[in-house]
Amino acid sequence: MKKMSVLIAAILAFCGLLFLGSQQLSRQSGVTSAANTLSLYNWGDYIDPALIKKFEQETGYHVQYETFDSNEAMFTKIKQGGTAYDLTIPSDYMIEKMKKTHLLLPIDHRQLTNYHYLDQHFLNQSFDRGNRYSVPYFWGTLGIIYNDKFVKADEMQHWSDLWQPKWRNQLMLVDSARDIMGMALVEQGQSMNTTNSQTLIAAQQQLNQLSGNVKAIVADEIKTYMIQEEAPLAVTWSGEASEMLAQNSHLHYVVPSEGSNAWYDNMVIPKTAKHKKAAYAFINFMLDPHNAAQNAEYVGYATPNKQALAYLPAKVRQDRQFYPPLSTIKHLQVYQDLGARKVEEYNDLFLKFKMYRQ
Amino acid sequence: MKQTKRFFMIPYFIWIGLFVVAPLLLILYQSLTNNQHQFTFQNYVTYGTSSTYLHMSLNSLWYAFLITVITLLISYPAAYFLSKLKHQQLWLLLIILPTWINLLLKAYAFIGLLSRTGSVNSFLTFVGIGPQQLLFSDGSFLLVATYIEIPFMILPIYNAIVELNPALINASRDLGATNWQTFRRVIFPLTISGVKAGVQAVFIPSLSLFMLTRLIGGNRVITLGTAIEEHFMTTMNWGMGSTIGVVLIVMMFIIMALTNDRRKKRRELNDDEEN
Repeated sequence: MKKMSVLIAAILAFCGLLFLGSQQLSRQSGVTSAANTLSLYNWGDYIDPALIKKFEQETGYHVQYETFDSNEAMFTKIKQGGTAYDLTIPSDYMIEKMKKTHLLLPIDHRQLTNYHYLDQHFLNQSFDRGNRYSVPYFWGTLGIIYNDKFVKADEMQHWSDLWQPKWRNQLMLVDSARDIMGMALVEQGQSMNTTNSQTLIAAQQQLNQLSGNVKAIVADEIKTYMIQEEAPLAVTWSGEASEMLAQNSHLHYVVPSEGSNAWYDNMVIPKTAKHKKAAYAFINFMLDPHNAAQNAEYVGYATPNKQALAYLPAKVRQDRQFYPPLSTIKHLQVYQDLGARKVEEYNDLFLKFKMYRQ
Repeated sequence: MKQTKRFFMIPYFIWIGLFVVAPLLLILYQSLTNNQHQFTFQNYVTYGTSSTYLHMSLNSLWYAFLITVITLLISYPAAYFLSKLKHQQLWLLLIILPTWINLLLKAYAFIGLLSRTGSVNSFLTFVGIGPQQLLFSDGSFLLVATYIEIPFMILPIYNAIVELNPALINASRDLGATNWQTFRRVIFPLTISGVKAGVQAVFIPSLSLFMLTRLIGGNRVITLGTAIEEHFMTTMNWGMGSTIGVVLIVMMFIIMALTNDRRKKRRELNDDEEN
């Protein structure tokens, strides 16, 4: 019993010490909420830290940087209130959702000095017509990753190549209903946003044909598996792909020319913003071609900034994997918010496909 | 006296009410509403008429059954020999130890072991068999699930065997029973309560395993747990998710009814875990 009390006392004392220590440390780092701060809420490792320093030096604003790891987490935190983020970077469908739930402030285009550097192709998308609420930050695609040790480049150029019986039990898919159903739809020459139940069922049946080739349907683990060469083929997003390619030189990324999904991460000003001036200063700073190029080089995603391309090394700029030719870009489709009922139909069919075993 | 007794019961009742009864009622309520918060039996009709869900339920039951049978086949002899060993407390500690490690960590450790470049395949290559596809198969899923559940089966059986009066076994031998007869007629019937407790402690959690189905099974094994996760996280159809939850709860009650009289043993299992 006595031993027990000593143990409890020791644990409490230790907790107290840790608490005091962390308090002390956070005081030293000088977290303030003065008028000249910018509270930035971004994905983890999604900006070159050197750019934050540069921004602080150029503008005098102090950047308070917080990160999130999913659109949904970010949405919940902003919706609940109690936060004062001035700028955040959600993906396309989430921008549409935040717009519908009135969590965004309209963008005053007169305050954007560098907006004209953006490529027209990446503006005025279906999730935000006229870019009234958002400004593009990065964009990317859905595509196929293959390992050149096992797959030749000319064997893997189109979605239909995945259906070849040769790849039995070789393919990994991302666990995402919209993306995988979308892949089957494109393979059949349909729109990724179709709401026609017949078309969807046909796409699901087409997926069932693929079942024998599918080794696993997983999420983030795809990265590790592909780098470790657990599988020679995977379907995933270009963002994930660029990380994999950086770690295994045998991996290559293909965006099939017949079409695929294009996704966007755009800068938005949430309702909670306290320092709008700082937010506009930051948007302008990031739209500056030099900065956009530096950021794209650091993060490895594709920049929507036309002028920035000129400042990127030719090797990056001409990389067709991440900057596909215009003929492919024209065939890319952005997901639209189809409403709860259709989303469920997509999910149910995808679940059926997951259940199907050949 | 009675007054104070009641007073001390209050926190207990609040606890039970808030964390057991209320969630159950909420799940039941959710399962009877659709996305527009209208009262409906539609979710149950969907469940009952969809071959996908019925197939999934069958999957869940079948895998839970396999996991339980395999753990039982390993655990009963293990528990029996354990009760004959010298340093029993030490061995018990070693069996309990893995249960203190987070399930996800254990799953990731198995990914490292079973992957194409993992230690198991290195060994297979070394002995000349060559690398095999181990991850994402039924076998690996059963292996990992069994590994995780084994302590929960061994402990109640071990307790039951230790409680067994050795005089009964001696008596059985004196009366001329063979080893097999002693086991079948004396030891097993007297330790059946431990087996029931173990079956319950393994079968019920196995019904709703879902992280393992993705991490180890690569979503090639789909159970009701997977469907619940999907309905709550991606489809946002909480009604349907709750309906499957209700189905799982009903299955659990059936299992509990079939393996009754384990209440006493369960407490012993908990005691052991605290030691």
